[in-house]
Amino acid sequence: MKFGVSRRRIAAVAAGVLSLSASIVGAAPAQAATTLTWLVDDGEQTLAVANAEIAAFQKRNPTIKVVLHKRIATDANAVMTKLAAGNMEDIFSYNTGSLFQALNPAKTIVDLTKEPFMKDVSASFKPAVKAGGKVYGVPYGPAMGGGIMYNRKVFAKLGLQVPTTWAQFMANNAKLKAAGIPAVIGSYGEPWTAQVMLLADFYNVQAAVPNFAAQYTAGKANYQFTSAATAGFQHLSDIYDGGYLQKNYSTTMFIDALNMLANGDGAQYPMSLFALAYMPKEKVQDIGVFAVPGQNAKNNGMTVWLSNGVYINAKSKQVAAAKKFLAFLVSKAGTDAFTKSQGYQGPYFTAKQSPAPATVLPAIADMTKYFKAGKTAAALEFVSPLKGPNLPNICVAVGTGQISAVVGAMQYDDDVRKQAQQLGLSGW
Amino acid sequence: MFKRSTTPFMRARLRSYPVWFALPLGAVFIVLYVLPTATSFYYAMMRWSLFGTDYVGFDNYKLFFDDPFLVGGLRNTLVYAGITSGAKVVIGLLLGVLLTSSVRFRGILRNIVFFPVLVSTIAVGLTFQTLMKPDVGLIDQALKFFGIQDAQLLGNPATALYAVAAVDIWKGIGLATVIYIAGMAAIPTEYYEAAKVDGASSWHGFRFVTLPLLRPATNTVIILSLIGGLRSFDLIWSMTGGGPGFASDVIASLIYKNYQSGFYGLSTAGNVIMFIAIAVIIFPLSRFLTKREVAQ
Repeated sequence: MKFGVSRRRIAAVAAGVLSLSASIVGAAPAQAATTLTWLVDDGEQTLAVANAEIAAFQKRNPTIKVVLHKRIATDANAVMTKLAAGNMEDIFSYNTGSLFQALNPAKTIVDLTKEPFMKDVSASFKPAVKAGGKVYGVPYGPAMGGGIMYNRKVFAKLGLQVPTTWAQFMANNAKLKAAGIPAVIGSYGEPWTAQVMLLADFYNVQAAVPNFAAQYTAGKANYQFTSAATAGFQHLSDIYDGGYLQKNYSTTMFIDALNMLANGDGAQYPMSLFALAYMPKEKVQDIGVFAVPGQNAKNNGMTVWLSNGVYINAKSKQVAAAKKFLAFLVSKAGTDAFTKSQGYQGPYFTAKQSPAPATVLPAIADMTKYFKAGKTAAALEFVSPLKGPNLPNICVAVGTGQISAVVGAMQYDDDVRKQAQQLGLSGW
Repeated sequence: MFKRSTTPFMRARLRSYPVWFALPLGAVFIVLYVLPTATSFYYAMMRWSLFGTDYVGFDNYKLFFDDPFLVGGLRNTLVYAGITSGAKVVIGLLLGVLLTSSVRFRGILRNIVFFPVLVSTIAVGLTFQTLMKPDVGLIDQALKFFGIQDAQLLGNPATALYAVAAVDIWKGIGLATVIYIAGMAAIPTEYYEAAKVDGASSWHGFRFVTLPLLRPATNTVIILSLIGGLRSFDLIWSMTGGGPGFASDVIASLIYKNYQSGFYGLSTAGNVIMFIAIAVIIFPLSRFLTKREVAQ
């Protein structure tokens, strides 16, 4: 034949195609697996604990696969952009409090108020993920106290006491400087670390001005005219003016600062206690923490950050499976997996959790003392939706001596005003 | 055989023939550049965030101008653009002259000079940030070798912007050089021969033949590098993030910070302001430079 293919050849090819498609169909799994995507930040420990949770969850739920997606830890706009563009993962971890409020949860996040697993979530946590009377997230991790971490060996060597007033703190710093040890480690290479001391000072602010948060949200109180609030900026100036920072404070990074503290190359580092998981394991026993001291030795308390939250994207197509995963996170198995990965860092915001171990890290024991004495306060971002986005850089500008504390307070007030107007708050 | 060689209809079709070549790219240009610029004027008048869009008129512009960091940002932008543009013109010219003369390894040198232009800006930024790190970075160690202790190039608020400008110059000089080389190649050698016959030295040749005839190339380099410098963002953001504090903030990074906070309308207003500001600077400058070009 001149044109065409022989009939035998056609039959052979057809048989081959049919058998190939049959084998593909035959190889399909008997039960279709659901895949969930989970967006977390790319901190080393964040990934470690996330993988631990996924492993523990998938053991109990083999038909649901959870895949991690990463975003840059210090750049939160990835979350806002993804929500705005509509390509967010099924589940995502994010802050609670004012940052959560800024995501417009009513439109972007699945409402969890009536879910059965929400009864296992502590009442003290729910306000941090509440908007318009509905609850939108589950807690992930323990409460994190913020204060000034210190190297106990260095303190013991110089015979220093934990300070309960700012004056005592500065006196300690002078002694450290005389001994040639940088008193306070500055990691202004990562601006977010510069704001921690100011935010952790909030216990003292609300102790001096109990209704500051409400007045501040209504636009009736601000940082520059509330001396207890300006004190936060003044602290940064005091440390810079006293020359108590280490040599390369402008470019030092978070992990470098933690290593310096662990090795005793610096005596103190204002930070939240989640940082303990990032420190060298053999040295973390040497670390203690005390609350940022204020003016009053008798009312010395620690500012506490509620844990981050895990949320379900309203546009997700796997909401049922996602709810199963969230239910696991607040179960005893979920919190145990967290403890196994990160060590015990304090109680979780869930009803069912393993009891605290007999021995905890000295820093955790220090933090628990404040809880036991009832001397804790939630950070401002949990009692007000306002937290100016430029605060980290303003703190760096004050902490590196570029502007005074008063100017810093003024700039921050302007920044907050801009945010309030953009959020459409009344009274501004 | 035909009464006329072309009919009016044919002539119109022949005239429109080149337009068809420009149409595909023109469509891309309109969709990706003109349309977003036009819609940005609309969005700049809205309070636009994750919470929706409300019309607020010129409030966003007012808010942007009220920004306490705007004055510093404007100053930094102008300083940065001026320094990088000026350096690229001068050094680019010198390199262009060098790389069109008969120097050994001319081809390899041209490649070396042009190579930084091709590399990703973010990669360059992160690399130089590491090189400038105190104690461990190679640039810092080199400075120590020459006696400059404790350089803190990026950590010192006074030097951060200039350190970034230096990296920008290193990265962009290749493009200026290439433009100058092209300009020099266009100068007919007869002019140099005529000048030599008249007894001109090589310096006179450079001053009275090369420089004037390079004016179109110089104008191109000035305009391009000035626009680039005024708009510069990636390098500054990857090297310092606008820091320390706000010491190296420019208009583009201020706009980006507003975007990061979710204030999309405010950020768009900032972009419109930057667009208008750059147009106000560049159009008169371009007219002035071109007039001088024509006059000579």
